[in-house]
Amino acid sequence: MTRILEARGVTKRFGGFTALSEVSVDVMQGERFGLIGPNGSGKTTLINCISGALFNDGGSIQFQGEEISRLPAYKRTRLGIARSFQIPRPFASMSVVENLIVPLEYVVHRGSLHTADTHGEAMQILSDMGLADKAETKANQLTQVDLRKMELARAMAARPKLLVSDEAMAGLSTAEVDEVLAILFKLNEQGITIIMIEHIMQAVMRFSQRVVCLDAGKIICQGTPTEVVANPDVQRAYLGV
Amino acid sequence: MDLELLYEAIISGILLGCFYAAVSLGLSLAFGLLDVPHIAHPSFLVLGAFATYMLGLQGVDPLLAGLLMMPVFFVFGLAVYQFYYSTFEKRGTDTGLRGIAFFFGVAFIVEVGLIVAFGVDQRLVEAPYIGTSTRFGEMRIPNRMLVAFGVAVLITTVLTIYLAKTFTGRAIKAVAQDEGALRLMGADPVRIKRFAFAIATATCALAGALLIIVGPVDPGLGRLYIGRTFCVVVLAGLGSMSGTVVAGLILGIAESIVLASVGAAWAPAVAFGILLVVLGVRPAGLFGR
Amino acid sequence: MGRFVIGALAVLAVLAAIPLWVTNEYFYFAAYVVLQFIVLATAWNILGGFAGYVNFGSAAFFAIGAYTAVALFKAVNLPLPLQILAGAAVSGLLGLGVGLLTLRLRGIFFSIATIAVAIILETFIINWSYVGGAKGLPILRPTDAPLHFQSYLQWLFFVMGVVAVIAVACARYVQTSWLGRGLRAIRDNESAAECSGVPTLQLKLAAATLSGALMGAAGAPFAQYLSFIEPVSAFSLTYAVNALAMPIIGGMAHWIGPVIGAILLGTVQQIVTVTISSELNVLVVGVLLVVFVVAAPEGILGLVAKLRRRVGSTK
Repeated sequence: MTRILEARGVTKRFGGFTALSEVSVDVMQGERFGLIGPNGSGKTTLINCISGALFNDGGSIQFQGEEISRLPAYKRTRLGIARSFQIPRPFASMSVVENLIVPLEYVVHRGSLHTADTHGEAMQILSDMGLADKAETKANQLTQVDLRKMELARAMAARPKLLVSDEAMAGLSTAEVDEVLAILFKLNEQGITIIMIEHIMQAVMRFSQRVVCLDAGKIICQGTPTEVVANPDVQRAYLGV
Repeated sequence: MDLELLYEAIISGILLGCFYAAVSLGLSLAFGLLDVPHIAHPSFLVLGAFATYMLGLQGVDPLLAGLLMMPVFFVFGLAVYQFYYSTFEKRGTDTGLRGIAFFFGVAFIVEVGLIVAFGVDQRLVEAPYIGTSTRFGEMRIPNRMLVAFGVAVLITTVLTIYLAKTFTGRAIKAVAQDEGALRLMGADPVRIKRFAFAIATATCALAGALLIIVGPVDPGLGRLYIGRTFCVVVLAGLGSMSGTVVAGLILGIAESIVLASVGAAWAPAVAFGILLVVLGVRPAGLFGR
Repeated sequence: MGRFVIGALAVLAVLAAIPLWVTNEYFYFAAYVVLQFIVLATAWNILGGFAGYVNFGSAAFFAIGAYTAVALFKAVNLPLPLQILAGAAVSGLLGLGVGLLTLRLRGIFFSIATIAVAIILETFIINWSYVGGAKGLPILRPTDAPLHFQSYLQWLFFVMGVVAVIAVACARYVQTSWLGRGLRAIRDNESAAECSGVPTLQLKLAAATLSGALMGAAGAPFAQYLSFIEPVSAFSLTYAVNALAMPIIGGMAHWIGPVIGAILLGTVQQIVTVTISSELNVLVVGVLLVVFVVAAPEGILGLVAKLRRRVGSTK
């Protein structure tokens, strides 16, 4: 299996506070990768460094063999990294389908806008996600679960090779969690590597092939879901015992 | 420039700088801590100055007038923040642009309103300490600058102690950093922010009095002070109240030196120039979070 | 697109034909001002309404366009169309410069930087004697006008009309193209836009440059129009306030909003200034600005849309 993402010694500081300390992790192509850890452990910071929302202070991040840690976020998206946000960030003044047309115009069809049918493509993605009937609704009128789905759909519209789903299921009902999980499984079947950050343990267990646990900016355990969950350090980190 | 002139410029700069820090305190609170795009802060200063002028016409000493107006301005600040919060911050959509445009409109209305009421001429107040000076060794320092310096140091110290030592003061600093945590502690962030904004507005009453003590005031002065106050707050770093003093001193001394060497025409540009440099080079300022 | 081109050509034809009937010079004075505001408001909206960045220093871009034209006219007697291009180029560069300095930061810092630039440039011009400094410079208008126009003022009126049509065409292109969608994405949520592949800084810089350039084009004929140029009127606050108020009152979402705002407010102001005082006139604009920002943020366009929905739902 080839490595799609290689993080080596990644460090990030905010003033006097070290959010990430020498984090090294590999993600294999096509993998379903889970990232867990208590609140404040640095999961979102790590994702922000990978996606380009933040620049890491030390260490290197390589995507498909290329060093990306100094690239602005939009260039990383064009290389194939997409992410959804923990709290959805829709383009509120646009309709759902327009939200998807943005990445289609700026990532997928950059050189060939006059020949592309961005509307048609966007509609295709929306029907795969079960959002086709909401296509013309303004994004600021969607329900929570539809917002989460649109977040994922918009990330997918960029045709990523690596998708980071940041707590896409927080606050959803069990049935809704199943819906989103099914979408993620389907995407993975199409060959997309998925990193999932989640607190909902049963989702992580069902979904991930490998899991990494962060605590206080450091990796404390790596392995299969069962291995990681059974690890005493992990249990200590979550329960604070 | 010879050494003696430089020495005098630095001394005046220190006095001026503390005055600049004092007039910027309200903005440091409103914009630095509360994130309100309060472009109208300098206009409130000018309002305070004109209120002092009006009371001065009745024979009230300017400093007393400033103190008397503080409760009035406090209530005014409560009202302004409540309006701002319920109209803009609560809704959440497109607030950035609307909030900024709103305060710009308010600043503009205050300036033109003052022009309509008072005309464009400069206004002054009179007091025993205005127009006289004291000798310090070789230098003569205008008493009005000494008074402004003294009051400025006083307001700054009082406010800094208040924010650091009292419960409400620390709640104000906390709300800037983590609203959610504050809510969990049972405090209502909106009430605290409103209170903080009211304090910021109240300082404009006394700072406005200092403004007209230090020199004549005309309605257009607000625009110039946008540069000075924002320069101080940005140079200090958003969220740093104590940095305001350091930043004020830097601005005061820089302006004094420019005034003494190149002349009055370029003095207004100093604050704006420093502001642009800070924004370009180190937007977090000296002590920013 | 075809409809727009036909409409634009029709407008230009009408503007060219008006001098055949209207000879009252005052009409051209007033109409020039309204056309100028159409350009300013449209230009402001490209960065303000479309991208969400509020420019408080429109006067600076306007005045720099005017002073560039004056300096070149004085130096090499440059003809008017080239003056306009030069003014646009310099103000465009100014927009790019301010953008490079501050568009990486939060919106409010860009806004304050525009005020800073306006005051610094005004101070600089006041001290530049080549263009008259604080006293100002009288400008001799050419005595004959090209083509069929009977006075140079009528020619200026037509030229400003052409600039207005170009400005509106640019705004319309930005709005309806992928460029406009990217700017709207930036305005709605900049970090999400960046993650969706939008090169946010580059787009913002492009918008700032275009906006500045159009404002400079609006300012370039100013000295010829007044036969005089001096800093206080060139850098006047009325330009800053109107450039902001007209799009907000007209409606920022569509290119026609600033046009509506400019025509309405511009005309009202011309009438009020003549009948009441100019301070009161400017005060009224300020009050309207605040009223609309608070109560009708989508401007007249928004109110009309609401009205149509209400009428439609009662049918």
